[in-house]
Amino acid sequence: MTTTLTRTTPGHQAVPKKKDRGGPWLSLLAWVVGLLFVLPVVWMVLTSFHSEADAATNPPAVVAPLTLEGYREFFSGGASPWPPLLNSMTASVISTLLVLLLSFPAAYALSIKPVKKWTDVLFFFLSTKMLPVVAGLLPLYLFAQNTGLLDNIWLLIVFYTSMNLPIAVWMMRSFLSEVPVEMLEAASMDGASLAKTLRSVIAPVVMPGIAATALICFIFSWNELLFARVLTATVAETSPVFLTSFVTSQGLFLAQLCAAAFVVSLPVLVAGFAAQDKLVQGLSLGSVK
Amino acid sequence: MSRAHVRAVLVRAAAALLAVSLAGCAGWGGDSAGSGGADSIDVLMVNNPQMIDLQRLTEANFTRQTGIRVNFTVLPENDVRDKISQEFSSQAGQYDVASLSNFEIPIYAKSKWIAPLDEYVAADTAFNQADILPPMTKSLTADDGKLYGEPFYGESSFLMYRKDVLDAQGIQMPAKPTWQQVADIAARVDGKQPGMAGICLRGQPGWGQVFAPLTTVVNTFGGTWFDKDWNARVDAPEFKQATQFYVDLVRAHGEVGAPQAGFTECLNNLVQGNAAMWYDATSAAGTLEAADSPVKGKIGYVAAPVVKTQSSGWLYAWSWSIQQASEKKDNAWKFISWASSRQYEELVGGQLGWSRVPAGKRASTYANPDYLEEASAFAGPTEQAISSADPRNPGVQPRPALGIQFVDIPEFTDLGTQVSQYVSSAIAGQMTVDEALKRGQRLADDVAERYRSRENG
Repeated sequence: MTTTLTRTTPGHQAVPKKKDRGGPWLSLLAWVVGLLFVLPVVWMVLTSFHSEADAATNPPAVVAPLTLEGYREFFSGGASPWPPLLNSMTASVISTLLVLLLSFPAAYALSIKPVKKWTDVLFFFLSTKMLPVVAGLLPLYLFAQNTGLLDNIWLLIVFYTSMNLPIAVWMMRSFLSEVPVEMLEAASMDGASLAKTLRSVIAPVVMPGIAATALICFIFSWNELLFARVLTATVAETSPVFLTSFVTSQGLFLAQLCAAAFVVSLPVLVAGFAAQDKLVQGLSLGSVK
Repeated sequence: MSRAHVRAVLVRAAAALLAVSLAGCAGWGGDSAGSGGADSIDVLMVNNPQMIDLQRLTEANFTRQTGIRVNFTVLPENDVRDKISQEFSSQAGQYDVASLSNFEIPIYAKSKWIAPLDEYVAADTAFNQADILPPMTKSLTADDGKLYGEPFYGESSFLMYRKDVLDAQGIQMPAKPTWQQVADIAARVDGKQPGMAGICLRGQPGWGQVFAPLTTVVNTFGGTWFDKDWNARVDAPEFKQATQFYVDLVRAHGEVGAPQAGFTECLNNLVQGNAAMWYDATSAAGTLEAADSPVKGKIGYVAAPVVKTQSSGWLYAWSWSIQQASEKKDNAWKFISWASSRQYEELVGGQLGWSRVPAGKRASTYANPDYLEEASAFAGPTEQAISSADPRNPGVQPRPALGIQFVDIPEFTDLGTQVSQYVSSAIAGQMTVDEALKRGQRLADDVAERYRSRENG
């Protein structure tokens, strides 16, 4: 993600007159800022390859010998990491699909064919995000307990879907309103049905937007800790909760925790890199608005 | 890989996820039947090394012997406390067994959140309750006289010091030092080796951090949080004297970054040779004497320093309790009986090494030649520290509630943590001890007031 953004930054060197002198400095600045953002991640990866004793030294031992001990512990140590990883994958993928399925028609009805008072509707969507999440925690816990849904991944899927829906609607709306009206008019003049217009005219234009929205929803669900920690136990435990289990108040854990954190952030990194070109378009599409 | 190929793989994976989830599965963890499996129990426990060892040994031993599957949730200490209190206060019944300390057990017992174990203990003669060290049993027995927990491993506190460093200065550590002697030694060894502080003492805020050692210091200086009639005594001269002594000592000869140093930081300091002495939990000795420890064999262990009392060590035990709402109490007991047994200690000793045995709970551990061979340096001082701890009478005056390094009331976690923040500020030099304790007295008095009115009304 970060590298993606840094790469787009040189594009913003807007003043052509100063281009010769300002160019290198601005690029340098962009690189420095980019590196600052990446540094904690690099540090985490480096630490994950150190032994526990080296990871705990102060000042930090940068050139300490490398070892795979942390990863070995993660995969074959106490508990198997696969159930939490699969739970996170289930919750993130399904909730993201649901969000896309619901937010696309909603966004269509708010931009291309706006409903009456569409600004109010849009604001209403956003207002649901204004309540602090933690304020709803206790009622939700009691609800889950009474309905027997504690420790059930489907409960998390429903919550993640509803949590991400407002953001997705807003993002999708801004992407959909980028679609030139002329294109839609041309399509309808050619006699294309709504389904055909959606599939062949709108979809290709807003694909980067859909990718960006999906990635953000995926990241939010993947990283969600508060609900997962309170509402799951042994069956539906997700990876962020599993990650916290590496922290101990007795003994050293930093290297193992870094290894675990790296493995857990891999799916998001992979998704980010896979969608990189789409994302650059998608994110700048939104930001130009 | 081509783009179409990637897409196909993604679609297939998503379809598989959907198919499995739609089949009514609540998640991928636990046993395949979900958490309702008859022959499985769910255990919620703190992430300490002894628990991780237990997690690794359970399937090949306990499950193989009994056919009972055990699903663990492991969380860091603060998180596990939150989760346990949430789970047990609502009696959600998701977990059958939880690791609780002797702080929570009498309190939870009063609220009837955990089940009494006396019947199970009586029926399970192989468990041999008489082998459990008496102070442990005492601290896990609630006011109604029933036993509510079995210790997994226990600890007291003692003073650890670098024998080689003291020898080099020609200093002899007394077997039962006083705090003044410890302060003098700290002054003499401070900085004698590059980067080595005289002593490491916890300064990190938290009722279980700085106030674990500090409350034992207060006890032996003759102070107490509350007298037996529930009057707050935090600004009393003894409490003040003890806190001033502690703060002065750690500021003058303590570790770098003392206001943030807890158990882990001090352990690192000692392992890395950044401190010559350390007053803390007896359980630290296992790590200090581990095979890969650079200070193995260099550490001496003596009783907790005293002033006015005979002994001053604390008492703490991570223990197992069964949730009252559990529907699998019999299986839960089988698990506890196995995990806290002498046989489990022998299993750990044989497979993982005797230094990793969850010790400090059974008298037989300290008669076991295998254990003594490995732990000779600290076994004696540890057993002595635990056996001489008296959770009902830890100071010079009668107390209104159980507890040595804490007051066993639910309000103490908040009270202790808030006051510890002031004390930590005093260690950082941002506040005087007088000011810190004046504020502490106000908070303690609020708590005491509630108990006074309850007793009168």
